Amino acid sequence: MKRYSGKAVFHGIAIGKIQLLKKKETNVFRNHIEDVEQEIARAERAVTETEDQLKKLYDKALLEVGESGAAIFEVHQMMLQDQDYQESIQNIIRTQQVNAEYAVAITADNFSEMFAQMEDAYMKERAADVKDISERLIRVLSAEEKEDLDTDGATIIVADDLSPSETVQMDKSKVKSFVTRYGSSNSHTAILARTMNVPALIGVAYEDDIDGMTAVVDGFKGELIVEPDTDVLAEYEKKAAEEAEKQKLLQELKGKETVTQSGKQIRLYANIGGISDLQAVMQNDAAGIGLFRSEFLYLEKDDYPTEDEQFKVYRSVAETMAGKKVIIRTLDIGADKQIGYFGLDKEDNPAMGYRAIRICLTRIDIFKTQLRALYRASAYGNIGIMFPMIISVNEVKRIKEIVEEVKRELKENGIAYGEVELGIMIETPAAVMVSEELAKEVDFFSIGTNDLTQYTLAIDRQNAKLDDFYDAHHPAILRMIRMVVENGHKGGAWVGICGELGADLELTNEFVEMGIDELSVSPSCILPIRKKIRDHQ
Amino acid sequence: MVKFTFTVKDEMGLHARPAGLLVKEAAKCTSKVTIKKGDKSGDAKRIFNLMGLSIKHGEEVEVMVEGEKEQEEAAALEAFIAENI
Repeated sequence: MKRYSGKAVFHGIAIGKIQLLKKKETNVFRNHIEDVEQEIARAERAVTETEDQLKKLYDKALLEVGESGAAIFEVHQMMLQDQDYQESIQNIIRTQQVNAEYAVAITADNFSEMFAQMEDAYMKERAADVKDISERLIRVLSAEEKEDLDTDGATIIVADDLSPSETVQMDKSKVKSFVTRYGSSNSHTAILARTMNVPALIGVAYEDDIDGMTAVVDGFKGELIVEPDTDVLAEYEKKAAEEAEKQKLLQELKGKETVTQSGKQIRLYANIGGISDLQAVMQNDAAGIGLFRSEFLYLEKDDYPTEDEQFKVYRSVAETMAGKKVIIRTLDIGADKQIGYFGLDKEDNPAMGYRAIRICLTRIDIFKTQLRALYRASAYGNIGIMFPMIISVNEVKRIKEIVEEVKRELKENGIAYGEVELGIMIETPAAVMVSEELAKEVDFFSIGTNDLTQYTLAIDRQNAKLDDFYDAHHPAILRMIRMVVENGHKGGAWVGICGELGADLELTNEFVEMGIDELSVSPSCILPIRKKIRDHQ
Repeated sequence: MVKFTFTVKDEMGLHARPAGLLVKEAAKCTSKVTIKKGDKSGDAKRIFNLMGLSIKHGEEVEVMVEGEKEQEEAAALEAFIAENI
């Protein structure tokens, strides 16, 4: 048994036989050509034939991996027809009086170098596309037939790297995993693995003698285990079966409504901490975003983010979610999440200190900048705003005054904004106790169970010594949630949970019975909770 | 010449697929279509040229359409970009 580690670009477990793919070197020789025009004509004919091949690959990919996976072959056709690329080939033939193969090889080097020099990781990878089309063109020119990749019986494809045309030629019904020595999270291997829903590893320094051996790919740990011991293999067979069962179930739940057997609809939203989480939101089929933490905008900068910078991010999220609810929480920082340029003092008890709405209500300029950006973005989608760390009705009234000021100013400047639902986090015992009054002021509540638990039980979650005293399901917390739901509804506000407890499958039934309207959880928890709710009697 | 600007919404920037879409659409125009980002510019009908600009998410770029039918072609292009890119 031998273990190799790498980086998993797609999760899952695969067991199968390894097929090691070795790239056949295409040797290109530089030959002197007498009749330049004839050579250019030969190159043109080869381009037409290569184009036909790419069209066929597009059709094949379209059937197998769908439109988004096939699109790359359309792009390859454009690259092949690109005027600069064509002119470069013809110029080299003409000026150097060389054969077309050589002219293509040089052109490929120059163009792929351009991509390789780019800073952007994704663009760097595009050097591989240029090489892929150029190699195909050279093969056509030298009338070399490329044998189709025979993946008979082999299910784990191991290679230095895989080009789009290599991957599309495989019999996908048999491929269970990809393992490459090079490549990145943006490489075609990774993209294809995601579309095919098979585990894939990159950056694996395998040895060349593993061809034909049985192996396990652990796409959770990022491991390739060659010739696994019997007990290891048995363990992975069990895991793979469980995983398959789970996947099947989850696929069935995608696109389904989150509704109980008795017909009660629950809004199942996602919590996100930045734009990069949006993909997971889409993949897991969330009905909206219930908590968008805006802190990252402040944390990743050396100075206060401007209104325009914030507006662009909020607008992009609103547009991506295309009309689905996006609830953005205003700045929630304090002495525990320090940001240098805020110039906050060090505090003995930051959890109960100068933080979140308390900063916003004393440094109105920062607050108004964020609110203006949010309201401007509301013209582009369905935005809700929620305010953290509320303890009193007066705070909410003050916030609403500031919101009205912001709206008035926007109107005066002729800037459009949409309908925005306003809500508050219920995360202090005080807010729970006055929730009936608070509900009359806002459209919704979102219960932040992490802080609420910490403040109610007087237990610091960071302190490991207190683990024995900590009870996530403490009756005090559950009674508080029930009270908030009842008071919220009495005052005309809908009520959700966005803390960790919202994703606790043991409590889902209880929350539904309490009458909760919304649960907002991390994207990967969406489908398991949907199943739980759909099974609820 | 007709000019308009747009901001790239795709998180990966103007990568292969949207660049391909743009090239395909620009190729339908009889006008010359130039994309300008900062002090760099490229021909929108040439994919390498366009990808060479390395346009990232959130960046604003200018589109210049120049030709006999520039008015209508710019309008069509702008609508296409708003819808697809």
